[in-house]
Amino acid sequence: MLSSTFRWLHLAISVGLTCSSVAAMAADPVKIGLLEDASGNFALATIPKIHATQLAVDEINAKGGIMGRPITLISYDTQSDNTKFQELSRRLIQTDKVNVVFGGFSSASREAIRPIMDRAHQLYFYDNQYEGGVCDSNTFVTGAVPEQQFSTLIPWMMQKFGKKFYTIAADYNFGQISAEWVRNIVKENGGTMVGEEFIPLSVSQFGQTIQNIQKAKPDFVVTLLVGANQASYYEQQASTHLNLPMASSVSVGQAYEHKRFKPPALKDMYVTANYVEEVDTPASNDFKKRFHAKFPNEPYITQEAANAYDAVYLYKAAVEKAKSTDQDTVKKALESGGICTEGPSGKVCIDPKSHHLSHTIYLVHVKADHSVEIPKVWNDVQPYWLGKVGCDLPAKPDHRQYTPTDLPKKA
Amino acid sequence: MTALSLLYSLVYQFGDNFAYLVLAALGLAVIFGMMGVINLAHGEFIMCGAYVTIISARHGLPLPLAMLLGALAAAIAGIIIERLVIRHLYDRLFDSVVATWAISLIVQQTMLLVAGPSLEGIGTPFGSFSLGDYSFSTYRAVLPAIALGILLALYWLFFRTNYGVCARATIQNARMAQCLGLRTDRLYTLTFALGAGLAGLTGALYAPTMTVVPTMGSNFIVQAFVAVVVGGANVIAGTTPAAGILAIIQTGLTASYGQLFGQIGLLVTVIIVIRLMPQGLGNLFSRSR
Repeated sequence: MLSSTFRWLHLAISVGLTCSSVAAMAADPVKIGLLEDASGNFALATIPKIHATQLAVDEINAKGGIMGRPITLISYDTQSDNTKFQELSRRLIQTDKVNVVFGGFSSASREAIRPIMDRAHQLYFYDNQYEGGVCDSNTFVTGAVPEQQFSTLIPWMMQKFGKKFYTIAADYNFGQISAEWVRNIVKENGGTMVGEEFIPLSVSQFGQTIQNIQKAKPDFVVTLLVGANQASYYEQQASTHLNLPMASSVSVGQAYEHKRFKPPALKDMYVTANYVEEVDTPASNDFKKRFHAKFPNEPYITQEAANAYDAVYLYKAAVEKAKSTDQDTVKKALESGGICTEGPSGKVCIDPKSHHLSHTIYLVHVKADHSVEIPKVWNDVQPYWLGKVGCDLPAKPDHRQYTPTDLPKKA
Repeated sequence: MTALSLLYSLVYQFGDNFAYLVLAALGLAVIFGMMGVINLAHGEFIMCGAYVTIISARHGLPLPLAMLLGALAAAIAGIIIERLVIRHLYDRLFDSVVATWAISLIVQQTMLLVAGPSLEGIGTPFGSFSLGDYSFSTYRAVLPAIALGILLALYWLFFRTNYGVCARATIQNARMAQCLGLRTDRLYTLTFALGAGLAGLTGALYAPTMTVVPTMGSNFIVQAFVAVVVGGANVIAGTTPAAGILAIIQTGLTASYGQLFGQIGLLVTVIIVIRLMPQGLGNLFSRSR
């Protein structure tokens, strides 16, 4: 008796749910999953990314959503922890059944979740600058890569300061592969590496490293340091009066060290970034105004915030081209070319072959008082490297990450 | 001159590592050695000291005063936490580990939400000096001397003051001390406050030289635990030689093979010491006394 009552109840509920879901079909929300470190070692650099994603989603929703469908943002705190990344990416895919996943800061976390995305054929946007080389059918990258950041920066530094350099890099895939890039570009330009050191992410004391640099007497130092611990290097090298120009692809643009340390800790730091808050163009100023209206206490709008913001608009453009949120159809639309957005740093377009983004690259120079000048701008730099070495995703699906010493096999 | 500057460079690096190990470990060693509590919120007391130092220095307080204020603030935080939490968990080692870990997480996240992801630094004082090819930060060259000074002050406190006698009596036999009229609960509170205050002082001393972020305490945790495990429960006779030996190992390995091997060296030393001397180096010294 009781069980049959339950059966009726069950049926009634299912019928009700089915009806309501049919009714809601027209305005079914587009579900966007976001995985970012809101706490832990990387929180400082990722909080502006979370805010930028929220800003983009709110703006799109205020203008009627994507094809009339509102966006629901499902966001989780990955706590700067790679296992949390894996756990929560499974949750986004299996439980929340999102249409697309955004986010990821460290390259280690990206590599931790990429296999999970691939197994589920989940569309994933990695919205961060990194060491390059990911040739993956399901992954789209909106951050800058070495051919955009180092091919511009290193020759410029060598021309200005001399041919000898010393690299200190974070000891994980990002630092190791980036250092390899720097080594190759310097060799092509006839320079010499007088030293190279890899620093574990937990290290915050650089006394010995600074002395090794003084012993090697380079013309400039390439700093590929990541996270709050390693940022202590800048203060310590300044208090030791090392007084050498520095070059980086991650400082300033990612974690606004020039705002956090007392001058002159960052004196003569040169960074190639695809966006910094100091960029003074109408598009950038408008972006800053909207950002600060929504998040008045944001200490700095970073390059990764711009990348996260652009990623949402690129997804919108792709869905509108595909006229569907079906993931395979959206990927096809992204691979068909012409998916662009007018972001804070100007027009950026997805390269169909490698799934990476073209960028305007700004050379950012931090002066002794920590004010910033931009002595050079490279417009519309293409992410050409992967395409050149044989990554062609529309023709040849792939899931690997390549490096200058580990190239795709020629077919 | 080159030989001299090379030699001084080694001494400087050794002093730098020694100061870092001693200062990171002292607060933890006091609380563990005197009270048998493993305080996983140690890093957060360090962070508390650093935050108060930076904020008060930015408001115009002279740096030495700001540092003392940082240490004091951490000590007061220690009193509050001892009264609210630790007090109920004496003789419950594992419970106190979990509870202090929870405090650590809560404080870190609260700081992130309240004070934001980082504070603007204040810069290292005193400038630099050079010797041959090398230049050195004066402030960091002075830090080992400050560490030694703190060790001496602690020695005086434990062996030459009334508090020291009472505290050591309580540690040796709490019930007996109570029978003799000592207010052991107050001594526990004071000792915990001393440990927390020392941690705060460490944070205050390193605040000008580091990134000041809510997670900064974790920078010190590995060094602190390594030194305390190697040194054992004896605060002064354990921690001092432990920090000395560890600093020699770390300096040697870092100078010849880089930072990674310096870190590995510390951890390998701990494993060897736990295997051969489970009570730590301090036991070696106190047994012979």
